[in-house]
Amino acid sequence: MKGQRSEGKVDCSENMVEHANVRVVHRGGSKINFREPVISSDSRFLLCPSGESVKVFSTSTEECIRDLRGHTDLVTGVLIRPSNHLQVYSSSLDGTVRLWDFTDGILIRTCVIGQPIYSMYTSAHHKGILFIVISMGADRRSELFQLVAVHLPQSGEQLVEAREVSAVLSYVDSNPATISFGKGGEYIASATGFQLEVFYFRKQKSYRFFLKGNNKKGAKNTFTCVACHPHENCIATGHEDGKIRLWRNFTDQKEYTYSTLHWHHSAVSSLRFTPEGTNLLSGGVESVLVQWRYNQDNQRDFLPRLGAAITHITVSPDGSLFCTSHSDNKITVIQSCVKVSAVIQGLVKGRSIRTDLMVDPCSKALVLNGKPGHLQFYSLQRDKLLYNLDIVQQEYIHELGLEQMEVVKAAFSPAGNWLATVEERKQSATEVELNLKLWEFDQQTQSFVLNTTISAPHEAQITAMCFCQAADSQTTMLVSASKEGHFKAWQLEPAHTEDEGPSWSCGFVGAYHGLVPGCCCFSADGSLLAVGFQEVVTVWSPVSWELLTTLSQPPGIIRNLCFGRLSCSKYLLGTISNNMLCCWNLLTCSLEWSTSMDTSLLLADPLSENMAAFCSQAGCTDLFVFKPSEPRPLFSQKAVCSGKVTRAVFAPREEMLESCEESSQWLNHSQLYFFNQNMDLLSFTTKAEEDRLMASSKQLMIDDSVAMTPFYLLLGKHRQQEGNPEADSSLPVDRAALPQGTVAMKELLQTPAHVLPSTSFLCSMFVQSLLISITDSREEHKHSDEELESEKEEEDSEGEMDSSILRPELGPVAAAPPLSKAQIRELRRVKKLDHSWCTGLLDS
Amino acid sequence: MGEFKVHRVRFFDYMPSAIRTMAFNSRSERLALARADGAVELFNFADNYFQDKVIPGREGRDTEALCWVGRRLFSAGLNGEITEYDLEKLRPRYTVAAFGGAIWTMSSNSQGSLLAVGCEDGTVKIFEVLEETIRHQRNLARQKGRIVSLSWHPSGTLIAAGMMDMIQIFDAETGQATHRLLVEKRLRASKSVEVVVWSVVFLSDHTIVSGDSAGKVQMWDGSTGTLIRTYLVSKWDVLALAVSQDERSLVAGTSEGTVIQFQFLSTVDQQPEEWIRTRTFKNHSHDVRALAHTETAVVSGGMDVQLVVRPLLDKVERNTQEAALRKIAFPHRNLVCCAKKAGLLLFQFPEHLEVWRLGESDGHAGRPGDRLPVKRKPEKLIELKRKGEDHICCSALSPCGGWIAYSTVSGVRLYRFQHNNNIRISKVSRLPKVLCSVQQLCFSSDSSKLFASTSHSSLIVVGLNQSECKYLNTLKPKSDSRQPVHLLAASDDGRWLAAANTDCEIHVYNLEKMKIHCSVPIHSSCPTAIAIHPVTSSLVAVHADQQIFEYSLELKEYTEWSRKLQKQGLHSLWLERDTPVTHITFNPRNPAHIVLHDAFMFCIIDQSLPLPEAKAVLYNQMTLRSLPESDRPRHSHAFKICKSFQHLMCVSLLDDHSLVAVERPLQDIMCQLPPPVRQKKFAT
Repeated sequence: MKGQRSEGKVDCSENMVEHANVRVVHRGGSKINFREPVISSDSRFLLCPSGESVKVFSTSTEECIRDLRGHTDLVTGVLIRPSNHLQVYSSSLDGTVRLWDFTDGILIRTCVIGQPIYSMYTSAHHKGILFIVISMGADRRSELFQLVAVHLPQSGEQLVEAREVSAVLSYVDSNPATISFGKGGEYIASATGFQLEVFYFRKQKSYRFFLKGNNKKGAKNTFTCVACHPHENCIATGHEDGKIRLWRNFTDQKEYTYSTLHWHHSAVSSLRFTPEGTNLLSGGVESVLVQWRYNQDNQRDFLPRLGAAITHITVSPDGSLFCTSHSDNKITVIQSCVKVSAVIQGLVKGRSIRTDLMVDPCSKALVLNGKPGHLQFYSLQRDKLLYNLDIVQQEYIHELGLEQMEVVKAAFSPAGNWLATVEERKQSATEVELNLKLWEFDQQTQSFVLNTTISAPHEAQITAMCFCQAADSQTTMLVSASKEGHFKAWQLEPAHTEDEGPSWSCGFVGAYHGLVPGCCCFSADGSLLAVGFQEVVTVWSPVSWELLTTLSQPPGIIRNLCFGRLSCSKYLLGTISNNMLCCWNLLTCSLEWSTSMDTSLLLADPLSENMAAFCSQAGCTDLFVFKPSEPRPLFSQKAVCSGKVTRAVFAPREEMLESCEESSQWLNHSQLYFFNQNMDLLSFTTKAEEDRLMASSKQLMIDDSVAMTPFYLLLGKHRQQEGNPEADSSLPVDRAALPQGTVAMKELLQTPAHVLPSTSFLCSMFVQSLLISITDSREEHKHSDEELESEKEEEDSEGEMDSSILRPELGPVAAAPPLSKAQIRELRRVKKLDHSWCTGLLDS
Repeated sequence: MGEFKVHRVRFFDYMPSAIRTMAFNSRSERLALARADGAVELFNFADNYFQDKVIPGREGRDTEALCWVGRRLFSAGLNGEITEYDLEKLRPRYTVAAFGGAIWTMSSNSQGSLLAVGCEDGTVKIFEVLEETIRHQRNLARQKGRIVSLSWHPSGTLIAAGMMDMIQIFDAETGQATHRLLVEKRLRASKSVEVVVWSVVFLSDHTIVSGDSAGKVQMWDGSTGTLIRTYLVSKWDVLALAVSQDERSLVAGTSEGTVIQFQFLSTVDQQPEEWIRTRTFKNHSHDVRALAHTETAVVSGGMDVQLVVRPLLDKVERNTQEAALRKIAFPHRNLVCCAKKAGLLLFQFPEHLEVWRLGESDGHAGRPGDRLPVKRKPEKLIELKRKGEDHICCSALSPCGGWIAYSTVSGVRLYRFQHNNNIRISKVSRLPKVLCSVQQLCFSSDSSKLFASTSHSSLIVVGLNQSECKYLNTLKPKSDSRQPVHLLAASDDGRWLAAANTDCEIHVYNLEKMKIHCSVPIHSSCPTAIAIHPVTSSLVAVHADQQIFEYSLELKEYTEWSRKLQKQGLHSLWLERDTPVTHITFNPRNPAHIVLHDAFMFCIIDQSLPLPEAKAVLYNQMTLRSLPESDRPRHSHAFKICKSFQHLMCVSLLDDHSLVAVERPLQDIMCQLPPPVRQKKFAT
């Protein structure tokens, strides 16, 4: 056995060679409250950094319209470009600043800074200059940050380098709320700890003001956020104890003064002035948006009950929309401080996840704790919260130190028609209130309906719970293990009377020498149940409830048990407290192999033989993917993330990946999601997958970038349909007319009604698109059409795209001496349009 | 430090009265403060905020306004009279009736030539300030409703008057009203409730600032009579306003006990400056009735009897003594007199005197800090009501307990007091005529003489024997100071008498030769306590700047110890204390011990021990106790400070070597105050 262990070790180290094509990414379920969003100048769109992309939401419909992908690390800031309100800058920890056209989703330029960027600012006074916060030392992990100015090169290239930075302020905070530009960029205010620093660009002079750390009255004066009045010399600062100070006369180091506003009872997390400077908005943990009248300190308005602590406040450039980010990963759009008009909800992340991560077999949604007492169903594919299921069905009372009912365990039956949940409330150290609830999936309402409530299913906390895995088994079975020393099997019993449906009851109570069961697992076919009783693994037959065998060879408390799948179903894997991963062969009832690793989590892919083990080592977590049949990892990655990984899940893919590389094959069937210490949902992606995604988004760009306005879009499409058949005729490829019709139809149906041209216009076009065109008659039609619209063509960017596609085909045709009239015209058009397209690109 | 049996006295029900109004004289840096009982106190801000003069109150004199005109101090009150005070004799000089009903306010023009008073009947009366007196000049146009507040424009041509529901602007030359500014009522207030404009300030740029009972501070344009800004600062009244000399800062006091600062700032570059509400100070629990804005600080006082000096941190150096907040709650003089031989205490109240006999206990054993069982409870022997309308200004009890003397501005009364078996008090009639107006009284240690200070710092010596008294002599200093004597100290052996006046002079008289012996070199700060050592015959004086001097009367020079102390300098923590030492006594058992106290500590200075180094721990009694016996001498120094008694009114050593500590806890004073205005408190 010793030899086996060492062999495993050697294999591990050998396999540690970089799998460059597999990468940890933020994909789905990312925080949308990480940094403050921006609202477009027409207040129609809300742009918000979310993981490695920037999401564009509609402020009216709450829908995610576009996802600006391209960054390879967390996006740390989004800002509207001051000189062009249709473009945004985004900064990221990957050391790049990217410029996007957010209406069309085009990446215009990538600017490489070369250092992780923690936040970013622009000001109207400084054209072509970005202010970014980077770490001070050469060491990237240093806790000291500085604000530097970057001059963005004005070249038209896609990828530019701007590694030359000039320092503006040092020792700033990385939190973007602590820096603010005043009077359009005349000065900058930065707060760290107990110090406020005001730096004037013109005078190149900075003023520093200090507050006392604490006083007798218990004030906590730490600065938490800063906001500058748009045109007056006034700086508002928020503090740890809920005070807001309005600083004035700060150009005088001695005679500066401030007034204090106090409503918040704990730290002010965000402050914003409205664009006119008439109001000051503040928010904090109270989840109340407070609107202070500037210079009328006693007048304030409240917008209460926003649901969770406010982390950021954003005001639209015209001041009509406010938007607040909340600690539960939510953005609320507020109209003129009175009405909540839209709520954009991301994956709700509490302080911890008590339930495991699960995937609902029906909806393929990720299921975990959401709001207090709820389970949330989150679609990873659509990156959208589907719904919250109220499990506890009790009023949640906000009170410090009050113990609430909380969902601690949940499990789905393999078919997805049953959901079991356990909720608990710790009344005292010894007394625990427990409820086991079983929910049946109702096909009609497409949601779970409570079937059975079992109060006090066990006398002590439930340590593990699982459904019988066999999909075809006649009766569904649930096993729960508890600290009291028993495990119980629950079965669905037929109804006793007519008007009652079937309900659940206890079928078997198992124990083993009074030991406490810590984990349980069904084999894939449901024929075996493994229960880990402290140091002993017991294997039971669920049919006869007979103790088949016990496995206890390496001493140590069993923490995790997992049966192999498919071809490896004869193996049982377990992790033991003294940093061992063991694999038992159930046929021989002996230890097959074992290896020494501090496994924090072991889980099996339901669609393949693969198993994943997260091992924590030296403050980081390593991932090993292996097949139980051999102790050699298929894939391993060191330092997946810092801290311990305790929650992870294999989510089945909607369509299988066709990856042939050995190291990424394990990702073909399912995707592995896990939570790191900071409750970020991370996943793995392969290079091929990324390329495909990029390609699809590019495709999307070309399709949509044509549309400057929906009107143009329609007209453009119209032209394309007419232009295409002409090209078709000269080409041997025959094309059916029907697809064109569907394109037009699609266009008609997908364009929002309020931007469509008049129905009469549409009607003729629609009918035309349905007609199967005849080449002869079309010549005349086209003549008149071209004549009419020849002026429009110049600005038409639609034709340019397909013409550029057409060009290679056109080449040989143009070489032939006799050119038809139409062809010459077409050529001319191509020339003209090509030119405008180039200048357009250069301009941007 | 030595062990004492301590009489912890808490039955002195001293209750200072509420602060009604104040006036600050920026030239002499003196603050005049009027209390509800009519007393006027003068604080010298240049000399560590020492309260050097107190003019006792009088029945029925409800001072509503104080006003400095040059170095002259005027007051006006609801009795309808204007009073000028004699600051040397500490008594009213003359009183002029205004004949307009109660006077609510008074203001002088910046030239100091005219005095305007606002009366109940709606008239503003102008008085001319003459050399010796004031004379009614004329009335301004009479208005309906009382005049509550007045302010002169610095040019002296315009007067703003705050009234009910409005502010009137008068032309001081013609006496006609030029503008009428109507003040709005509080929202949703009933129509019958009038808005009282409690305070107005006329600034030199013709801005008028008003504070009213609707809780608003309003800025008006005085030349056009239009409202510029309104700040709603309180749910209750804005009672007082004060503006700084340079008119860049303004403070408003409210009924909620807050003081709100406004500053004249420009918010946008190159734009005219405007008044902006900035800081809020909350140092009071009750109404802030009186405010003054000095160069560096905001001085506020009100119903909660404390005077608060809040330095503006942008005007003073940080981390200096000047930057510390001061709360002055107790008078800087002795109100308690202790008869050392008889074990009696005399408490002085404005209206009466009380004589108490201290309790006794038989317990001698016990560890330090133990409470001894009381065998005989303390007993109030007598309560002596004053006669006449004037309040008591000083009092004395002879060391044997046989004589009680007190003085008002109108006269001195002496009583023979028997307290042994049956308590009897008899007034001594036929006092010498010279004893008519005295500022200080003191008995000699053998109770055979009474010393009284009168005008021009001269002292009267009166001999006492069985139920009769006889004028003996008048002692006059060589200097021609006209300032009153505020401290008197007689030596135990009856040879010396020391007197200190507010000109910082200390004169020592030889009682055997009945003439002046010497004058102590003048220190720049006013002495706050003096005493003569019974054994060495040296004079110990503590000054308002916390300096300690010891002056040998025999050699007529500072003693060696005093020179050493001056050379080495006092410990910084000692100098940072903010209450003056008010009493010095000596330990008869150990001549090297000097016992002195201020409001928050008492200290025994052991002259035989080395002085504390600058870096040494000054308050080291607790650390010394924790050290082993052998190490203590190394760490101990001359200043042995005890802080276990707080708010001390008197600490004295009796002849039986027990210590009397008279405390007046501030909480007891606070709980006797009327309830403050209701305020919403968070989480209640």
